[in-house]
Amino acid sequence: MTMITRDSDWTKMFNRRAMILGGVQGVLVSALVGRMYYLQVIEADRYRTLAEDNRINIQLLAPPRGRILDRFGQALAINKQQFRVLIVPEQATKLSATLDNLARMVELSEHDRERIKKEVGRKRGFVPVTIRENLTWDEMARIQVNAPDLPGVIIDEGLTRYYPQHENAAHLLGYVAAVDEDELTGDPLLQVPGFRIGKDGVERIYDLKLRGKGGVSQVEVNAYGRTIRELKREEGQPGSDIVLTIDERIQRLAGERLGQESGSIVVMDVHTGDLIAMVSNPSFDANSFSRGLTQAEWKDLSTNDHTPLINKVISGTYSPGSTFKLVVTLAALEHNVISPEQTLHCSGRDPKIPQFQCHKVHGSVNMQRAISTSCDIYFYEMARRLGPDKIADMAKRLGLGQTSGLGLSGEKTGLIPTEAWKKAARGQRWTTGETMNTGIGQGYVSVTPLQLATMVSRVANGGLAVKPRLVRAMDGKMPAAPEAQDAALESLGIPPQNMAILHAGMYDVINGPPGATTAMAFGKLRFKDAEKKDWKMAGKTGTAQVRSLSDAERETYKRNPDAQPWKHRDNAFFVCFAPAHAPRYAIAVAVEHVPFGGGGGTFAAPIARDIMEEVLRLDPSRKPRVDEQVVADASPLPGVTPAAAPAANITPGATPGTAHE
Amino acid sequence: MSDIGFSSARIRRGDMSPVEKIWQMSWSLLFIVACIFAFGFAMLYSAAGGSLEPWAGPQLARFIFGIGVVTIVAITDVRLIMRFSYLFYFVVLLMLIAVDVLGFVGKGAQRWIDLGFISLQPSELMKPAIILALARYFQGVTQDEIGKPLILLVPLGLILAPVALVILQPDLGTAMLIMMSAGIMLFMAGVRMWKFGVVAACGLAALPIAWSFLHDYQRNRVLTFLNPESDPLGTGYHILQSKIAFGSGGLFGKGFMGGTQAHLNFLPERQTDFIATMLAEELGMIGLLALLICFIIFIGYGYAIAIRCRHQFGRLVAVGLTASFFLYVFINIGMVMGLLPVVGVPLPFVSYGGTSLLTLMFSVGVLMNIYVHRDTQMGARGGFNDF
Repeated sequence: MTMITRDSDWTKMFNRRAMILGGVQGVLVSALVGRMYYLQVIEADRYRTLAEDNRINIQLLAPPRGRILDRFGQALAINKQQFRVLIVPEQATKLSATLDNLARMVELSEHDRERIKKEVGRKRGFVPVTIRENLTWDEMARIQVNAPDLPGVIIDEGLTRYYPQHENAAHLLGYVAAVDEDELTGDPLLQVPGFRIGKDGVERIYDLKLRGKGGVSQVEVNAYGRTIRELKREEGQPGSDIVLTIDERIQRLAGERLGQESGSIVVMDVHTGDLIAMVSNPSFDANSFSRGLTQAEWKDLSTNDHTPLINKVISGTYSPGSTFKLVVTLAALEHNVISPEQTLHCSGRDPKIPQFQCHKVHGSVNMQRAISTSCDIYFYEMARRLGPDKIADMAKRLGLGQTSGLGLSGEKTGLIPTEAWKKAARGQRWTTGETMNTGIGQGYVSVTPLQLATMVSRVANGGLAVKPRLVRAMDGKMPAAPEAQDAALESLGIPPQNMAILHAGMYDVINGPPGATTAMAFGKLRFKDAEKKDWKMAGKTGTAQVRSLSDAERETYKRNPDAQPWKHRDNAFFVCFAPAHAPRYAIAVAVEHVPFGGGGGTFAAPIARDIMEEVLRLDPSRKPRVDEQVVADASPLPGVTPAAAPAANITPGATPGTAHE
Repeated sequence: MSDIGFSSARIRRGDMSPVEKIWQMSWSLLFIVACIFAFGFAMLYSAAGGSLEPWAGPQLARFIFGIGVVTIVAITDVRLIMRFSYLFYFVVLLMLIAVDVLGFVGKGAQRWIDLGFISLQPSELMKPAIILALARYFQGVTQDEIGKPLILLVPLGLILAPVALVILQPDLGTAMLIMMSAGIMLFMAGVRMWKFGVVAACGLAALPIAWSFLHDYQRNRVLTFLNPESDPLGTGYHILQSKIAFGSGGLFGKGFMGGTQAHLNFLPERQTDFIATMLAEELGMIGLLALLICFIIFIGYGYAIAIRCRHQFGRLVAVGLTASFFLYVFINIGMVMGLLPVVGVPLPFVSYGGTSLLTLMFSVGVLMNIYVHRDTQMGARGGFNDF
């Protein structure tokens, strides 16, 4: 039975070793269970969070941008549905062939192709890459029809900013563009691809209001980032509409009235500071920016000597010429350097410094006549008696030499010189000649058209510190009644009798008695409309030299005005208010470089007259076109809808400015 | 010879009729296997998003076919199996060579041989083949002979030849598995402990050399294992996602077909190597423990069969199969939990894969065969009466 013993030896050894093996395996299984416990019980929460992070992708939904409307609800900036063509690389089997096909339907530059190929390489196959934006309806239709030949090509609709008035108010509205690196704030919306923010004008100032709040879409994604389904969606808050003080019709009329000229016009409500119009000419079409400018267009805009890209209302600084005499008059009255009735003799030359001349021989002039005839000799003397600092003080009070507070970018402060300024800036002493130049708004004095409008508004309202205002309503709220605002305005401390003398002078500029040497175009500056014969305008012209001319040059240009280089020609100004007896609106017009012999009276004043006539005709206090309360209440969205059709209230045969659809 | 235990002389001699043999089969063992398969079937159904296609249906068909294989193998005379062990081994070895020479490239490694109607993975078949061959060898070796080193030369050759071929494929995981299950068989055959110590020392010394022979992706796997978070979107991605799936399942899981990680494709190879992760995510620790218990019962059966068997061949075959089965389970689950490096080892009966399932069913058949023929008398060369 040796086999049995051997067999049992075997068995013993085998069983012993099987126990060892089983023991080792038991330990290993315990390790597995321990690991399971660690992962699934102890660390379960951590991994659950990680799994959710994996699974859920949060996408921001860009809200529609708020609209910008004029004071009656006419659209100035809206969102327009646009079509764009995208390509999904994983569906486009032959990318370049597809692009070739597509190029027959829409314009595709080499540059575009490069960009598309680069993006396709960078992104995952199912992420669409934009081929072209802003397709026309025709292009879109053509692509749709040929869809079978264009695998992976899809048409997508989205919203783009659209300025339905094109050139009208372009400077004021500004534009929107993609976010720059340094503009990234905490707002995650800014990182949404294709998101645009306001870069200039109202679009920039009120960007936060217009932007709205982004919504959130929680989507479940798979490991490749492809969206499986939407789990949750929180709609954002659309941006607020902004209602401007601008009346689009006046704005347009002003632009048209400037025509080819380079210049600016500001129309302001003297009580509220509402900017009814704010025009810088020539303008540009902001839509072309979002469409993308061609090289030629850009060259045209950027090299044009009429500087269409600059908002001259706030960025153009000019010697105001004789319009500055309003300031000198009020300063002279305040400091009693002359009595209003006292006359000075104008012989065409300054009695003390004969190099300083008047543009005419006025004979003896009192203050009212000095204003209406714009006699330089009188104001040289006033300036000498006042000195620069007292003039500067009055100028500052009337709003010159400071920014408006509108917040528009590129706004200039201008310059109101003082003795201290000259010392600091030039290190030189102030001279009498400079005082005299200041007296007629030449020399160092420089102002913007917006400041001129503010100045004349403050004069018109009897010396209240009105400030220009651009926004009428925001977040759906209309402002308090204008009257209430007026009452809140601070007084500039100018006695009414002083103001009355100035008003009388300004009245005479336009309505002076026959035979008086009033502004160049006596009679021509009255309103043409018979209905408004009773309405009188009061104003002041100004013509400022850009460079002094020799007598020889003067003779040459008199015979041949075209010989004078455009840049060397005089600037023409006109400031005015109306109705003269109860001022409501003020206008400042600046026309750059008018032909030789022309000036504020011949170039700027007729424009102001036409606009003022239209402003008065459309004056809502006289002829309410739209129930403003209805405008304010009607819209469920913040802001104002293009309200009740105004057509019924428009006088037949209106100027082009009233053509409302 | 005297009768030992309850078995009759007829059973001991192994001349049972096929029907008697079927009666002798351990149907409870097959039931455990079916339980394990049921887990796999459910997971394959879920992995396909609630569909029998493309995985669960074919796998079920294979399993049913596999039961037939089990039965046929179980009632085959064990001595016949023993006599064909070497032949089987050499055929599989030839197939391995063929794969290395002709095999086509799949997943960066040559592993498949296409027979027209079925794609065979010879390295899978080698696992039972090496076990049978070694058991066949040790059947004729006495305990005294085991102590002689020269007697081990043949088994070492039997082990190293397929291991080398599998490494060439390259399939490091399978090579390690073959080595480990063969090692366990040598251990159970009575090879002295110090010899294992020598081999282990040599292995450690050779480690740096082996490292230089590794493919880049294999090195990455090892490095990733050592620090999976180092490169979460690169090589560490799979294991990190697997751990996330595992952990997020928690104690009770996200519910059947509710695994987000698996269904949103964060989990790689969810129907094959990472199926345990999917199970852990959907059925939680409870579900995975239930599966693990089924495995432990199965392994316990295997060892019981080995201990109960009265011939060396049967014992060694049972131990070898059970051990390699255990290794599969441990390495697969350890891998998906980040305990072990990522190696391509399927979870037995659960992972999708035809060759793997059929090989396993063949192994179960052999195990069953050993159980049925536990008392059969066998000679050193697989004869019916030659001892």
